Amino acid sequence: MVRKGLLTFKTMPSIATTGVTAGPLEKQSPFSDQFDKIYDDERCDTKTNEHAHAKMMEDACMIALSKVDANPSDADYLLIGDLVNQMTPSNFSATTLAIPYIGMFSACATSISTTIMAALLTEMGMSKYAVAGASSQHNAVERQFRYPIEYGAQKPETAQWTVTAAGVAVVTPQKKGTPSITCATIGTAVDLGMTDPLNMGAAMAPAAADTLYRHLKGHQTKESDYDCIMTGDLGKSGFEIYKKLAGNKGIQITENFRDAGAEFYGDDPLFLAGASGAGCSASVYFSEVIGKMMKGEYQRVLLIATGALLSPLSFQQKDTIPCIAHAVELTMK
Amino acid sequence: MISIFITAFIVGGLICVIGQLLFDVAKLTPAHTLCILVVAGSILDGFGLYEPLIDFAGAGATVPITSFGNSLTHGAMAEAEKHGLIGVLTGMFEVTSSGISAAILFGFIASVFFKPKGKI
Repeated sequence: MVRKGLLTFKTMPSIATTGVTAGPLEKQSPFSDQFDKIYDDERCDTKTNEHAHAKMMEDACMIALSKVDANPSDADYLLIGDLVNQMTPSNFSATTLAIPYIGMFSACATSISTTIMAALLTEMGMSKYAVAGASSQHNAVERQFRYPIEYGAQKPETAQWTVTAAGVAVVTPQKKGTPSITCATIGTAVDLGMTDPLNMGAAMAPAAADTLYRHLKGHQTKESDYDCIMTGDLGKSGFEIYKKLAGNKGIQITENFRDAGAEFYGDDPLFLAGASGAGCSASVYFSEVIGKMMKGEYQRVLLIATGALLSPLSFQQKDTIPCIAHAVELTMK
Repeated sequence: MISIFITAFIVGGLICVIGQLLFDVAKLTPAHTLCILVVAGSILDGFGLYEPLIDFAGAGATVPITSFGNSLTHGAMAEAEKHGLIGVLTGMFEVTSSGISAAILFGFIASVFFKPKGKI
């Protein structure tokens, strides 16, 4: 059934396995012991940051597929995206992997928009292995959206740190003992007139609160039904605004509310408001959350990935930042 | 002796406070902030106000980027007195040439020998 962006998956496709790769700095993340691979070199021993970006994604896909004893040639679809212009890193990974590919852009919400599409293809019986995910590489993304890293520009405390990480999930038809995708909500773009790219958490918070509200209302669930409701990369300051906005909509805020970006680098003040980037939600959802589900700590979770849909040009022309949040619900039943 | 340290600290610090306010309150980019301070220094010297500030605060006025604007105007006006209007063009880089050349030279050396990395 599809109604106003609300999707229910009757066949309950599974996230059979995941693959997560990350850069050297991400070793200090409290989630790092759950990542499949951490590189010692921020350029992954390639020539450029963008090549490293593509390599991380390739490796994440290979690792995820190898866990179900599959090769890239066995996979039916590759649905991935990133933040670099025209998503060239994803395009290069797709060339190497040679899996039928559609690049998808929802900024930092790509981890969930791709998972929803993979679940749809699986639900329709058209896919056995659909690889969904997203990645970001700090140096490549920062130089595009903010300042080149060697410029050393000062940042306010609301600024977030783009993570170097890639996360993918292999979506298959329902498989026992793995988390299944029960329903999803496609977000509507929300623009409340924020223009500061160094405070994206505040710009994205209304979109996250809106999608959360629509999901709970549309699928007739309560916030207390979930063991965890995790947003993507609102960061420390954006997360507070989001909780306030959700509270204003009558949603009860509990300890089960988490934000991947706020938690990613722990309490290190060097990272200001925390992590951001398409790889942030992808790497945490597909390691920490799926891991906790497999261990039985979480039975039912709601993942809301948030994305700021700006471009360097729209920022330079002083345009506002439209934001989006997509939600997917997973269960261990 | 000690008093020049204090005045340098206060005046230099105040110039930096203006820059920080341009960042945080006016939400300008680093490039805009830099340009505004250079132009401000240049205009102040045009009215003959920057030299007295240097006499008063020493390094507090010569170290911040406003001093670069001061030097541009200073050189231009000195040459203009000698050679007329064309002196404005030749004089602008008369005083500042050492700073500009140093920036180009050291930038070149750094780019030949080093590869940019993440901040940490």
